[in-house]
Amino acid sequence: MRLVLAEDHALLRAGLIQLLESTGFTILHAVDNAPALSAALLDPAAEAAVLDVRLPPTQTDEGLRAAIAVREARPGFPVMVLSQYVEQLYARELLASGAGAVGYLLKDRVADVAEFVDGVRRVAAGGTVLDPEVVATVMARQREEPLERLTPREREVLGLMAEGRSNAAIAGHLHVTDKAVAKHINSIFTKLDLPIGEDDHRRVRAVLTYLRV
Amino acid sequence: MSTTTTAAPLPPPGRVRMTMYALAQLGLAVPALVLFILDVVGGALALIVIGVPLLLATIPATRWVANCHRAMAGRVLGTPIPQQYRPTRPGGPVARLAGWAADPMTWRDAAWLVAACTVGFALALVAVLLLVLVVTGALWWFGIEPIMRARSAMDRWFLSYGHTEKLEQRVQVLTETRAEAVDHSAAELRRLERDLHDGAQARLVALSMSLGMAEAAFDSEDPEQALRLVQDARSTTTAAIGDLRSVVRGIHPPVLADRGLGGAVTALAMDMALPVTVESTLPGRPPAPVESALYFGIAECLANIGKHSGAGNGWIRLSHEDGVLRAVVGDDGRGGADPGGGTGMLGVMRRLAAFDGTLSVASPGGGPTIVTLEVPCVLSSPRTTPSSGPA
Repeated sequence: MRLVLAEDHALLRAGLIQLLESTGFTILHAVDNAPALSAALLDPAAEAAVLDVRLPPTQTDEGLRAAIAVREARPGFPVMVLSQYVEQLYARELLASGAGAVGYLLKDRVADVAEFVDGVRRVAAGGTVLDPEVVATVMARQREEPLERLTPREREVLGLMAEGRSNAAIAGHLHVTDKAVAKHINSIFTKLDLPIGEDDHRRVRAVLTYLRV
Repeated sequence: MSTTTTAAPLPPPGRVRMTMYALAQLGLAVPALVLFILDVVGGALALIVIGVPLLLATIPATRWVANCHRAMAGRVLGTPIPQQYRPTRPGGPVARLAGWAADPMTWRDAAWLVAACTVGFALALVAVLLLVLVVTGALWWFGIEPIMRARSAMDRWFLSYGHTEKLEQRVQVLTETRAEAVDHSAAELRRLERDLHDGAQARLVALSMSLGMAEAAFDSEDPEQALRLVQDARSTTTAAIGDLRSVVRGIHPPVLADRGLGGAVTALAMDMALPVTVESTLPGRPPAPVESALYFGIAECLANIGKHSGAGNGWIRLSHEDGVLRAVVGDDGRGGADPGGGTGMLGVMRRLAAFDGTLSVASPGGGPTIVTLEVPCVLSSPRTTPSSGPA
C-alpha cells in the first residue's frame, strides 16, 4: 500500500516512516508543509494518506482542510488524520466528507504500534476509526434520540465500533463471545433503523448516527 | 459605563411646552431655595450629629429636583443628560452620607441649587412673563427658544460632568481594571505553574525513574522486570502528554486559533451533554485577547449551565453590531442564577472589564437564564472557513 505522509516534526516524521515501512507500507511522499502536501495528494499512485492536522505555513488546520479537499476530489480516498488534540467538530467535518475510509486519532496512539497500524489498515479498507477521546465525549450525551433507544451495553458496543474495532476485538474488550457481540450489533442496526445491506456499510452508518452527522 | 440606554431621540418641545417647562422651573425654584438652605444648615449641623437625619431627607430630595431639571434640559437640548450619581453605599446612615459627600455630583447639585434660584429663576420668569403680558407676544414667539436653551445649557453645565471630571473617572476605571488584569494574569501563571508541577513534570520524573530501573533490570538480566518497567514508562508518557494537552487547552485552545470564536464555541457546544445551538454572524475576527476572554467567558457560562441550570436546551448567539461584539448565552433551565454567587462569573467580569467589556445576567426564578457578554472592539478582515463543516 502506497501512502502519502505529512508531518512537520522531523523526528516524528522519521519515526512514522520507519514504523509504517517496517509494517509493509510504502511511503510514496513524506512532506512537512501544506503546499507540498496538496501537490503530493495529486499523485495518482497514492492509495491513502496519513496526515497531521497542524502544518506550516499557518500552523492551524491545513492538514484537515487538505484531507477534506482530497476526499472531495477523490471520493472515498482513505485518510488517517493525526493530531495533538482531538475535537468533535473536526471529527464531524471529516466524517461529513464521505462515508468511511477515514480515521482521526491522537498522535500519542502511535505509541501502541500494533493498534495504530491496524487502524491505518482499517481506514485503507474503508472503515472508520475514531479516537476513544472523541467517543468518550459522545458517550456523555446519552439523552438524545435515537441513541436513547439503545441499552447501555449496546451504546458501549457502538462506541467501540466507532473506535474502529472488529467484532473479535470488541468481544475481547467486553469479555463476551463473538456471538453476543454480533447480537448486540444487529440490535443496534435495528434500533437505529439502518436498512439491511452490506455489513461494513451499516457499521459506518451506525457510527455516523452516533456522531449525529 | 455599565448601563447605556439608547432611546430614540425625542422631537424638540414646541413653544408652548417650553413655556410649561419655564413655569415648572419657576415652581421648583421655591423648593430649590428651601433645599439649599436646609442642605447648608444640615451640613453644618451634621458635625454635631443633629444634621444627619435632615440631610438623609434633603439630599435625595435635591437629587429628585435636579433630575426633573435634567429631564427638561435634556428635552430642550435634544440630548439626554444622564443621572451620574454613584451607587449609594450600603450600611448605616453615616456611611450613606459619607458616600454622598464623596460623590462630586452632590456638590454640583448644591451649586446648581444656587444658580437655579437666581439666574435660572430669572430666565424662567422672563420666558413666562413674555407670554403672560400678551403685548410682548412677538418677543415670546421669537425669544422663548433661545431663553430656554440658555437655561437648559446652564442646568447641563452644573448637573453633568465636565471634560476633566470625565477624564478623571476614566483614569479611575482604567486603574482599577488594570490592577485586576494584572492580578488575573498573575493568578493564571500560578495556576499554570501548579498544573505543570503536579502534572506533566511529576509524571516525567516517574518516567525517568521507571527507565532508570529498567536499565538496572537489563543489567541484572531480568528481561521480564525490564519489560514491565518499559510498559509502565509508556503509560506514564501517555498520561504526561494528556496532562500537557489539558494545560495547553487552558492557555489557548488550539481550535480557537484554528477556527476563531465561532468555530471554537461550536466545538465547546458539541462537548456539552445537552444540545446547544450556536448561531454566529461574525464577519471577521476580534483581536486575539478579546477573542480569548470571550471564549473563556462563554466556556464558564456553559459550565454553569451543565452544573446548575438543569436545562434541557441551550443556545449561543454571537454578533457584532455598532462596534460591540456580543455573545448571548441562554438556557431553558430553572433560572435564579446569581452572578455574584460564585467566583467564576466574577472572574469573567474582571477579565472582560480589562477590555471595557461587561457581563449581565437575566435569570428570573423558573428561568430562562440569559447571560450577555459585550466587548467593544473592531473585527479584522474575514477569514474563510471550510464549507463542508456542519454547524
